[in-house]
Amino acid sequence: MFDTLTDKLSGVFRSLSGRGRISEENIRESMREVRTALLEADVNLKVVNEFTEHVITKALGQEVIHSLQPGQLMVKIVYDELVNLMGPVDTRIYFVQPGPTVIMMCGLQGSGKTTTCGKLAMMLKGRGMNPMLAAVDLQRPAAVAQLRTLGEQVGVPVYADDSKIGEHGNVPRGAAVAVSRAAIAEAKKTGRDVVILDTAGRLAIDEELMAELRDVNEQAKPHQIYLVLDAMTGQDAVESARRFNEQLELDGLILTKFDSDTRGGALLSAKMVTGKPVKFLGVGEKLDRLEEFRPEGMAQRILGMGDIVGLVSEAMEKFDQEEQAKLQEKMEKGTFTLDDFMSQMTQIKRLGPMSKVIGMIPGMDQLTKQFGQGEGEIEGQMGRMKAIYDSMNRKERANPDSLDGPRRRRIARGAGVDVQEVGQFMKQFEMSRSMMRAVGGMGMLGKLKLMKGLMGGGLAGLGQPGGPMIKTKKSGWQAPKDRNKKKKRR
Amino acid sequence: MGFFSKSFDKLKGALKKTADVLNTDVRTLFVPGRQIDDAWLDEFESKFIRGDIGVKRVEELKGAIREQWRLGKIRNANEAEEIVRKKLLSFFPAEDRELHFVPSGPTVILVAGINGAGKTTSISKLAWLLKNEYQKKVMVCASDTFRAAAVDQLTIWAERIGVEIVKHKMGSDPAAVAYDACEAAKARNIDVLIVDTAGRLHTQDHLMRELTKIRDVVAKRIEGAPQVSMLVLDATSGQNAIAQAQHFTKAININGIFLAKLDGTAKGGVVVAIRDQLGIPIKFMGLGETPQDIETFDPERFITALFGEKEPTAK
Ligand SMILES: Nc1nc2c(ncn2[C@@H]2O[C@H](COP(=O)(O)OP(=O)(O)O)[C@@H](O)[C@H]2O)c(=O)[nH]1
Ligand SMILES: [Mg+2]
Repeated sequence: MFDTLTDKLSGVFRSLSGRGRISEENIRESMREVRTALLEADVNLKVVNEFTEHVITKALGQEVIHSLQPGQLMVKIVYDELVNLMGPVDTRIYFVQPGPTVIMMCGLQGSGKTTTCGKLAMMLKGRGMNPMLAAVDLQRPAAVAQLRTLGEQVGVPVYADDSKIGEHGNVPRGAAVAVSRAAIAEAKKTGRDVVILDTAGRLAIDEELMAELRDVNEQAKPHQIYLVLDAMTGQDAVESARRFNEQLELDGLILTKFDSDTRGGALLSAKMVTGKPVKFLGVGEKLDRLEEFRPEGMAQRILGMGDIVGLVSEAMEKFDQEEQAKLQEKMEKGTFTLDDFMSQMTQIKRLGPMSKVIGMIPGMDQLTKQFGQGEGEIEGQMGRMKAIYDSMNRKERANPDSLDGPRRRRIARGAGVDVQEVGQFMKQFEMSRSMMRAVGGMGMLGKLKLMKGLMGGGLAGLGQPGGPMIKTKKSGWQAPKDRNKKKKRR
Repeated sequence: MGFFSKSFDKLKGALKKTADVLNTDVRTLFVPGRQIDDAWLDEFESKFIRGDIGVKRVEELKGAIREQWRLGKIRNANEAEEIVRKKLLSFFPAEDRELHFVPSGPTVILVAGINGAGKTTSISKLAWLLKNEYQKKVMVCASDTFRAAAVDQLTIWAERIGVEIVKHKMGSDPAAVAYDACEAAKARNIDVLIVDTAGRLHTQDHLMRELTKIRDVVAKRIEGAPQVSMLVLDATSGQNAIAQAQHFTKAININGIFLAKLDGTAKGGVVVAIRDQLGIPIKFMGLGETPQDIETFDPERFITALFGEKEPTAK
């Protein structure tokens, strides 16, 4: 699970070390691993090929050849380049004044448009705006009802016209336009500043339905058009994104279902083929699960290093928060006793095989090394540690530095283990104690949070880009004034 | 195909579109007389990676062709086509893709998949097929009580097709709906009961357990049920579909796949890996948004489509 790309690349270069200098050929060879990783992540082949060529050129320029750690340097170049390609980041929604700003959502069937409409409405409402939803999917059974329910859930009005609902293939031409325009008129009348159009899912090769979208685009004139794309999409992501973009001139992309374990290469593909920014990621079924896109963690995820983020989150959930808080307090005070050590180990044990995560925290890798990862192994080791601990008397526990040879032998006998194991136990305690000092009172949980932030990028929600912009008739784009003050950023 | 090809002849309209979709152009790559060379091999690679069959498998196929070519055993593209076709077909051994019915009492089809895969629509297709082609008495069960208006969606389909439906309020226990549906199906002499479930990501353990629970309830009410545990896969999905198949199999022992949305530009090539690695037969293909847009999975045609380009469908 953790043989990350770095290991693989380092491996490639290591196997070369006997054979003298690193050549361009070696670099190409190492990029094969990257190429496979990207393809396995469903990044489009053309994008992959361009990318690898680009990286090779860059690597040659950066003298990977003379580097002492060519594997690491290559990974850095690959990583930086990926982050670079996924940007520039622009998660702002551009509003017009006077309103309402019309946002049209489009995409394939089942990509998550309707839910995303609800999420976007909720997000905007949370920022102090007055959005309205419009039910323009007139063909999928109960699509209108679905949007109505979502509207109720987030407390946003829904414009719908049930008389326009039809069946597949026989929704009259012009119905979608009519509903869109009526919704916009209604929004004007009722003082709504944003209208979100939920359109029917369609294939980008479906001429008739694409014509419908073009009609809405030309006649209802949405200010922003977002393509909603499933993060689990394979190679077809480029195809759909390209065709939608050609016909509608998209303003942004929204990738959904990113709470799955998908590597999400579709994101990179769609970004590359359209050149349009990724605005948001859907990261859960609940309506507040929409996040602004940040590329940093995404690169790791696409390269297959991103599983770590999920693991870290999972690990954090398994921690006893109260215990952690107590431990943290002790560390801040600089007192870390055997009791604390045992409590820490219990927490690690609770993680089970996930305890590997702890080992990935810089400086904490020694802590879990002693634990084997096989089923039941942690269990057994923990049991022996507990036995050792139980065989000490209170004095010994309070002052573990006093444990001399005879005492250790006695404890070993009491615990039914080798005396070496007692020694090891003490060593682990020592290590743990100095480590805790080194991490400066942050504790495991704090460290994990930090790590998640660093790797999770968009998923961690650290840092926020600037606020939305408003387009006014007179002066073009500008940051909104009063309204912005009320806006709460998540 | 057998049964299906005959019965579908009656449905010319629906079929025509379907045929257009899958009988796509194979000329570009395997144009007769075209010689194999490095450029050809690259083109081969990109075509097949494009089909989502997975980079490892494509490399294998390419390696096999190159090997034969180097040895001088083949020279022309159409000879390579033979090799590829054979190899791909070998991933889909002849197997039973038909639906079978228990002699008495309801046969139950439990349908699952991730959000938006096409479950409910695929159920409407199955219901339509079973009712009109198999002359079965069909009931659907609305166990997606989670997604907004999911029950309404299934209700509309049930009305349009003319099959019975068992449903509860939104938000109620999906297993309880399944329980009632099983009882109703027995009481009303239903031949086939199709259970719709809420979309869930295969990574959501608690929801996967919920699915197992629905299955268990069904198994308790009707002996031997569910006879079919069907996973609906979106043909546009990439390599993640393998993980989906694995996790859903763990939860409810998937024994059939419904590959939806094959009418788009996506080719659904990931099922090659799923059939090969997990041994789950692909049973049906979804080729549109109406109940008639269904066909039994046909490896030959599927593979042909993998080779080809798709252009906009004229409707
Ligand atoms: N083009 C096409 N669309 C489909 C197909 N199957 C389902 N859909 C569409 O995909 C969307 C989601 O389908 P639905 O059945 O609600 O998915 P569920 O969430 O898995 O139940 C709907 O718009 C369906 O009309 C298919 O075979 N082809
Ligand atoms: Mg459904």
